[in-house]
Amino acid sequence: MTNAIEQESIKVIVFQLADKEYAIPVSHVQGIEKLMHITRVPKTEKYVKGVINLRGVVTPIVDLRERFELPISKNEETTRIIIISLEDMEVGFVVDSANDVLDIAANSIEPQPEVVGSLGEEFISGVAKLDKRLLILLHLEKVLNPLK
Amino acid sequence: MEVNQYLEMFIEESKEHLQACSEHLLELEKNPNDLTIVGEIFRSAHTLKGMSATMGYEDLADLTHKMENVLDAIRNEKIHVTPEILDVVFESVDHLEDMVMGIANGGDGKRDVSSTVAKLKLIESGESVIAEVAATAVAVTPVASALEYDGFEQTVITQSFEQDFNAFEITVRLREDCLLKAARVYMVFEILEKDGDVIKSSPTVEKLEDEQFDQLFYVAFVTKESAEDMQKKLLKVSEVEEVIVVPITIEQFKYSEREEEVIVEVVEAKTEHAVGPSVSTPAKAPEKATPVKAGPVGNKTIRVNIERLDILMNLFEELVIDRGRLQSIATEVNHNELNETVERMSRVMGDLQTIILTMRMVPVETVFNRFPKMIRQLSRDLNKKINLEIIGAETELDRTVIDEIGDPLVHLIRNSVDHGVENPATRLAKGKPEEGTVVLRAYHSGNYVFIEIEDDGAGINRDKVLEKAISKGVVTHEQSLSMSDKQINELILASGFSTADVISDVSGRGVGLDVVKTTIESLGGNISIESTQDVGSIFSIQLPLTLSIISVMLVEIEKEIYAIPLSSIIETSIIRSSDIMNAHNQKVIDFRGKVVPLVFLEEIFEVPSKEVQDDEFRSVVIVRKGEKLAGLVVDSFIGQQEIVLKSLGNYLTNIFAISGATILGNGKVALIVDCNALIK
Repeated sequence: MTNAIEQESIKVIVFQLADKEYAIPVSHVQGIEKLMHITRVPKTEKYVKGVINLRGVVTPIVDLRERFELPISKNEETTRIIIISLEDMEVGFVVDSANDVLDIAANSIEPQPEVVGSLGEEFISGVAKLDKRLLILLHLEKVLNPLK
Repeated sequence: MEVNQYLEMFIEESKEHLQACSEHLLELEKNPNDLTIVGEIFRSAHTLKGMSATMGYEDLADLTHKMENVLDAIRNEKIHVTPEILDVVFESVDHLEDMVMGIANGGDGKRDVSSTVAKLKLIESGESVIAEVAATAVAVTPVASALEYDGFEQTVITQSFEQDFNAFEITVRLREDCLLKAARVYMVFEILEKDGDVIKSSPTVEKLEDEQFDQLFYVAFVTKESAEDMQKKLLKVSEVEEVIVVPITIEQFKYSEREEEVIVEVVEAKTEHAVGPSVSTPAKAPEKATPVKAGPVGNKTIRVNIERLDILMNLFEELVIDRGRLQSIATEVNHNELNETVERMSRVMGDLQTIILTMRMVPVETVFNRFPKMIRQLSRDLNKKINLEIIGAETELDRTVIDEIGDPLVHLIRNSVDHGVENPATRLAKGKPEEGTVVLRAYHSGNYVFIEIEDDGAGINRDKVLEKAISKGVVTHEQSLSMSDKQINELILASGFSTADVISDVSGRGVGLDVVKTTIESLGGNISIESTQDVGSIFSIQLPLTLSIISVMLVEIEKEIYAIPLSSIIETSIIRSSDIMNAHNQKVIDFRGKVVPLVFLEEIFEVPSKEVQDDEFRSVVIVRKGEKLAGLVVDSFIGQQEIVLKSLGNYLTNIFAISGATILGNGKVALIVDCNALIK
């Protein structure tokens, strides 16, 4: 994420949340899972949906819609869990759908547009323009922290 | 760096050698005249020196070397073993241990040990004044040489001196960015061989050609050229950063000779000069000084990283879950052959589970073996005479428990030595033997391992403890009246309690035994004390065999399943709703004559419930934390089960009243309730 600018192009996973498309570098993605049984963990933040059994590893799940304070959607066929690894943490993100793997040229990434009031702008590290699509690059450290 | 792959091995082996050193030193202290023990220590130290020099830890090698000199002098009976000398040697071993730990923690193994080195030197030279002949050999101890020469190489060098050749030890350092190290080595050797002969190199020539070295290598070299000329010539080779040429002296050899265990000469010298108070006759020395190759017969073992075992365990757990599914499918289909296969698979998996679990077991010896040295130090510091007995060191415990149990044990042993065992004078006055005994005992019993620390000291002064507990507000006077002796003894484990009148350096640094209790409870164990005044005390620790698999009671709250560790459950019970009473806004029940507060897990865990139902009966799990009880109200009991403990990961930390998670047979995750957090 941090050295994305230095590279000529980066590979990202593109996913859908509400009506926008977001991107996470492939290097941080461990896998994409279909929605499975989530065990609720009491006394945690609202956006922490609970934990799942990911092939024997208990993995916490964060609902990105709730994290970004977007309206809650009902679970659909396309809903996916993207497993992210960051530093020593493994966390799953619930997204509306995971669409694509794309190469983004580094020079197409622009810093976050200065539109105040847009949803969760502190979680955005930049935007990439690709033909007619606009991809929002997530700032993973900020999405995951702080959790107190 | 090339050495990294060996680093782990180096650290492990260094620890083993240091451990061997301390063990043998303790033995030596008991039998100061047994020179075979010195030989054993010497061998460990020697190997350690070699290894650390190879790995480039100069400070480590240097200190070992100095220690070795003293040991060698002892072995050759130039120095007589006294507790003072052993103190210094112990001190050096401590330093060495710290250095190795430093390296293990990513440091460079450097440490200021000048005072210890000075003491070692003093011992070495102080005694050699008496042994005149031997003194010449000891006094010229050279700066640690990077190379060691065997008999043949020494002869070659000695002969070359006779033929007016010069012998040098050459240290060549290549530049860090040097790409073709082997080529540079080749060029250096070519220059050397033109002007003289290479006697020896470190690392060996083969290793140098394979580039199995960092930047430094050493060469012993005989030539007619002068040191400066050689240095200049070698510096012409490109990518060579530094060349140090040091002449080899004959004295250096005398020293090495002794190191190579050629001690006959020295022994002769001793007969002539009849050195001081030496007890054993010099004639015995040669045979005794040769170390007997004893040591345990090597078991066929391999070292496996604990992480790999964890992965194996995870994969196995996956299998267990799949087996569960397979079993239910087999029951549905009701196919004979399928049923048989599933059954056989279950049996094999049972065996597999036992093997995987035992692989993670480590003997408690790994924790116990540091205590003899500690006791020795403590008894010297406190001027007490203490004998430590270790029983059942081979008892095995899960690696994770082993890692945690060390500090609590240190605390308890310090406590026994400091507060338990009395001064020799007091002991004699009480009619006890002057020497106190501390017994460290470990044994299996059922699914638990017990570790006991027993001392024959003063025991716990019941009245003093009570007085203190009341003055500190740990208990009230009324409460104290109904307490049993055992309960009173265990008050010393309560937080905010410390019985020593004077705070000594050994125990009671303000951290009480409550820390010990907390640690042990967090491991799923518990601690109890038995004590009789003036006879002694026994601290008994009960620990689960393994932390990764525990027995739990599965309970259901609405649609959610939670696991309650059996170790904290006293019993389960079904109560009438009408039996629930109110006391200060707290719902309580009368449980076998005791008032037990109720904890409604549904409320604590904020379980989404459909409607408030008014059941006539409620299911209650009675749990305890120490002496306190609480009733956890749940919807229904599912049953008892062995489960695999899993952490919630690094993202979800400090979740209230949840100590971990587990995966159930149906593949879903269930959370484990931390009863300790629920009882205030």
